[in-house]
Amino acid sequence: MKPWIGLFSLLLGASWLAAQTDRDIDIYRYTDPLGFPPAIAVAVSGFTGDVESVLKSDLAFMGFRHTNADQAQYLITGNNSTSLEGRVVDRITRAVKLAKAYTGGSSRAQAHAFADDIALALTGRPGIAQTKIAFRSGTRRGQSEIYVADYDGFNARAATQDGSLNVAPCWAGVATLYYCSYKPGRPQVFAHHLPTGNRQPVAAHPGLNTSPAVSPDGKRLALILSKDGNPELYVADINGTNLRRLTRTPQEESSPCWAPDSKTICFVSRVSGVAALYTISAEGGSPQRLATVGAPTPTEPDWSPDGKWIAFTALTREFYVCLVPATGGKVTWLVAGEDPSWAPNSRALIYAHGPAGAKRLSLLDVPTRHRKDLPRVLESESQPAWCRW
Amino acid sequence: MKHTRLLAWLAVALCLSVAVSGCKKKPQGVTPLPKPGAPPVTGAETPTGPVLPPAPTVPVETGTRAAPVTIVPETGIPPAAGDFSKYREDRDRFKAETVYFDFDKSNIRPDQRHKLDAIFAVMQTLPGKALKIEGHCDERGTEAYNQALGERRALAAREYLVMKGMNPALIVTISYGEERPADPGHNEAAWAKNRRCEFVLLVPPGE
Repeated sequence: MKPWIGLFSLLLGASWLAAQTDRDIDIYRYTDPLGFPPAIAVAVSGFTGDVESVLKSDLAFMGFRHTNADQAQYLITGNNSTSLEGRVVDRITRAVKLAKAYTGGSSRAQAHAFADDIALALTGRPGIAQTKIAFRSGTRRGQSEIYVADYDGFNARAATQDGSLNVAPCWAGVATLYYCSYKPGRPQVFAHHLPTGNRQPVAAHPGLNTSPAVSPDGKRLALILSKDGNPELYVADINGTNLRRLTRTPQEESSPCWAPDSKTICFVSRVSGVAALYTISAEGGSPQRLATVGAPTPTEPDWSPDGKWIAFTALTREFYVCLVPATGGKVTWLVAGEDPSWAPNSRALIYAHGPAGAKRLSLLDVPTRHRKDLPRVLESESQPAWCRW
Repeated sequence: MKHTRLLAWLAVALCLSVAVSGCKKKPQGVTPLPKPGAPPVTGAETPTGPVLPPAPTVPVETGTRAAPVTIVPETGIPPAAGDFSKYREDRDRFKAETVYFDFDKSNIRPDQRHKLDAIFAVMQTLPGKALKIEGHCDERGTEAYNQALGERRALAAREYLVMKGMNPALIVTISYGEERPADPGHNEAAWAKNRRCEFVLLVPPGE
């Protein structure tokens, strides 16, 4: 689409320019200030019940917005009387972009599969409707278990049943979680193979062992240890060996996360007296402060898989989920909440919000600010981690 | 040799000046909030020189505000590696000695030092027994941040006791972050009670 087409038609505002140019006008009107691709207008019809609600909800976190059939760029039609059948047609050209039927699995699973196919067909980017999340959930303060669920919070299953304090889950592939467990009597990091329930200790040093962050290439682990006298940032091989200390400060470090190239780590340090974000090479070196202009006390960074953004929690009177360019700069305030985790599409976030002891998880589509609460599991859900493998 | 002594005296003088300037009285009942863009108040850079071994405490005379000054090595004192899981926990012994902290701070407040002094004195009479320090935070930090801050608080209390002469091998730390509030309320009165270190006497099996 050449820019002048849209501009020209806007200037004339004439109907004889043919309906094709309407879409160009639409695109320019919805240019996103953060540079995200504009949401594609779709009209969904013919589906009922769970399938309709799941399909519509999925699409809203993958770059689509719902509208009437006469304003949509694409028409999504079909039925789910027996199993799901769906078609995607360009409203103007009548070109069929997708026609598929789905069998087996639950009706939710079929709707998720169709939504992912639509995302790939119309945006060229893989969908997120069939991805998983991990999080902590508890029935009272001081105790929590690790759960895994569909990204929308359905089909939640307890990965741990320790009757202890298990926190800070992180994915290492689709079948393995790393997290910190107080089950041994003090906080230690474990690698947990979900299909077998087999657990291996990864970090059991004296003092604090926590906040495991597996590098996107799956080879290394960043974590926080106090074994040398202070909570500091370390990096190790994925099994916890070959440990290397990266920071030396009189204050504590927390919440490491990785750049998508697995070469740089972003983390929180209170070395300046208040919390701030820093980046450091995983090979070591001096930490560089990341400017978060407008958010003086950032914590809990998470680097978007496309490398462009770091989402984080601003510690203000309320917690606030914010965005900053990965190179630092001006902060965009998104929503009241904490501990954001990016979806694999670098567009949606999952985060926690609410008072201690009664937190819950929500999804956020960053460019449209569309939000959705996840269903409750126990009494308090927090520390979400989106599986990006 | 002469140079070494001169350097040592310079170091003491530096410590004294830091101690005096760092002891300004704070207004009562006011929780200091972090200032946006405040300059670094602690050594902001990675230490470039060799790390010094723990130094002895230096009592400083500052009129009515006199208080001992803890000199903590830059990199802290490594936590104990000992296994005390078989020890019996006595949570009552030091119940009155719970140490409280300012918001978002891990330094031992001057008005809390007498509790650590009392714990130190009691531990001197209990050879063979160990101490567990539990670090806690209020809910105004995020969960992961508080887990690290709670450990820093427990280690700060431990450093104070070690500086006084306790055996570091007999003091273990654990951070519960904001997970175990003493007061479940959501107000400053509750938060002030939750920013704390609790001290648990560890009694060897059979005693």
